[in-house]
Amino acid sequence: MFQVRIHGRGGQGVVTAAEMLSVAAFDEGRHAQAFPSFGSERTGAPVVAFCRIADREIRLREPIMEPDAIIIQDPTLLHQVDVFAGLKQDGYILINTSKTFDQLGLGDMVRDWNPARLCTVPAMELALKHVGRPVPNVPLLGGFAAVAGVLQLESVIKAIEERFSGKVAAGNVAAAREAHAIVKAEMEQAVKGDVTHA
Amino acid sequence: MLKQMEGSRAVAEAVALCRPEVICAYPISPQTHIVEALGEMVKEGALASCEFINVESEFAAMSVAIGASAAGARSYTATASQGLLYMAEAVFNAAGLGLPIVMTVANRAIGAPINIWNDHSDALSQRDSGWLQLFAETNQEALDLHIQAFRLAEELSLPIMVCMDGFILTHAFERVDMPTQEQVDAYLPAYSPRQVLDPDEPVSIGAMVGPEAFMEVRYLAHAKQMEALKLIPAYAAEFKAVFGRDSGGLMHTYRSEDAETIIVAMGSVLGTIKDTVDEMRDSGHRIGVLGITCFRPFPVAAVADALRQAKRFVVLEKSMAIGLGGILAVNVRMAVTGMGLKGYTVVAGLGGRAITMKSLHALFRQGEKDELEPVTFLDLDWKAVNKQLEREKAHRRSGPVAEALLRDVGIVGARNY
Repeated sequence: MFQVRIHGRGGQGVVTAAEMLSVAAFDEGRHAQAFPSFGSERTGAPVVAFCRIADREIRLREPIMEPDAIIIQDPTLLHQVDVFAGLKQDGYILINTSKTFDQLGLGDMVRDWNPARLCTVPAMELALKHVGRPVPNVPLLGGFAAVAGVLQLESVIKAIEERFSGKVAAGNVAAAREAHAIVKAEMEQAVKGDVTHA
Repeated sequence: MLKQMEGSRAVAEAVALCRPEVICAYPISPQTHIVEALGEMVKEGALASCEFINVESEFAAMSVAIGASAAGARSYTATASQGLLYMAEAVFNAAGLGLPIVMTVANRAIGAPINIWNDHSDALSQRDSGWLQLFAETNQEALDLHIQAFRLAEELSLPIMVCMDGFILTHAFERVDMPTQEQVDAYLPAYSPRQVLDPDEPVSIGAMVGPEAFMEVRYLAHAKQMEALKLIPAYAAEFKAVFGRDSGGLMHTYRSEDAETIIVAMGSVLGTIKDTVDEMRDSGHRIGVLGITCFRPFPVAAVADALRQAKRFVVLEKSMAIGLGGILAVNVRMAVTGMGLKGYTVVAGLGGRAITMKSLHALFRQGEKDELEPVTFLDLDWKAVNKQLEREKAHRRSGPVAEALLRDVGIVGARNY
């Protein structure tokens, strides 16, 4: 079972992102369970959503306390919420930012981490560029498809097209593709040892 | 057809397949998505013969459902928590009048302190209202139970609550097999009321009954619920024949055949319990599960049979009888009266407190060794509790309890993962 926790703020599509992730996994014939943190969601307040992906029925209903991957939709949460709580050693971290892990003050924390599992993508900029709205959730899903390798980009795109229509769908697909390319390039650099982001 | 969708949406689509004629509801979390979706379907014309009635309160919602049902319409509503309490008088009336309304209860805690998260306090507060109460373990079972509920309700002429865990199920996206209209039509016949307000054949419904017959009317309601104990498994079996899966029934056992310790629970927590039991079985523990689907009527004989071979049972419930202990546990204990079983009550998950495998592993191991107290409060923060007790001892004007606890432990919803 692969477990993802998504951190963001009310209005950033955190819950939608987890749901779309589960739809993408379902489209690949897998079992998936997405659910929100059930807080009193308000615009701007910290929000958490979860997604489990597995090859058999998922019965477990506890919150995800030891995620395999964390997606951080808003880097200002790093100073407010313990977003890395329980993250497995060498788990995947994907942050919406144009800064590096060092610039975010995370250099020490991830010093011994597998660098190919530490990724950043300027999802807000991509969303503004392609969709015209500051909602980073969908580009991050494109990036996630590259980082963790548990889902194909094409499944994420299918999920986007099921959720949105017309120009919004097209814009989000373009943003997801660009985010995927950025993260893929970052990972390839990291594997080569040319670590620019950590 | 397999679909990945939100539990609320799945229930809304299942209810639509049952061809309801009147839907009336008032929004309250975590039930709202269900009636929102149904409202959209009615507006779009997808539910052509259905009237969606916006009402001003839950009391009105149940009152409209009573009127619509008495007029011969297949009637549906949904609520949760304070909404269920607000409609309580009409809830008892719907059952007393014998009107086959189906209502989803998206289980949520009851205040004060106000809390929007999941437990079973709301539905269980109405356990003696005369409604049948069915509890879903998964979203698949939730949608299946609604289809069975309309059939059962109308056959018995009694209302049914289908209870599903708020947020944990209502807001979870997971895989469901959505039946076709043909399947549902094959299973659920058109509503043929036992009593109806028909101008061509006038009757009155809702007489005042004095001491001369009140007990008899009440007894007949009880007798009908006893009859339901036979119908529920029969209809679940027929459901399996049409839809091809086990859903509903009185209860489900899991790995309990040779179990010395059996965990009894209701609702979605059964999934977490089963995963825990699988791990314990792998390391040789003789432990199993009894999931109660039908809480009213309570399947006394079936529960006794399911527990007969065990040495002990642990009832883990998301509800509490303040001043006594458990609610489900009391029902289970009645079922095993005289059987010589050791029984333990565990109150867990109140107000959305996460129930984790880690805690269950420790709890079940204590249970196996008979080291549990008669009533245990799972993962209770004793430090916070004792601090408040000290405060109350030290100061006459110790202040409001909830606010004091929040000051001690942090902001609302701070520990959700």
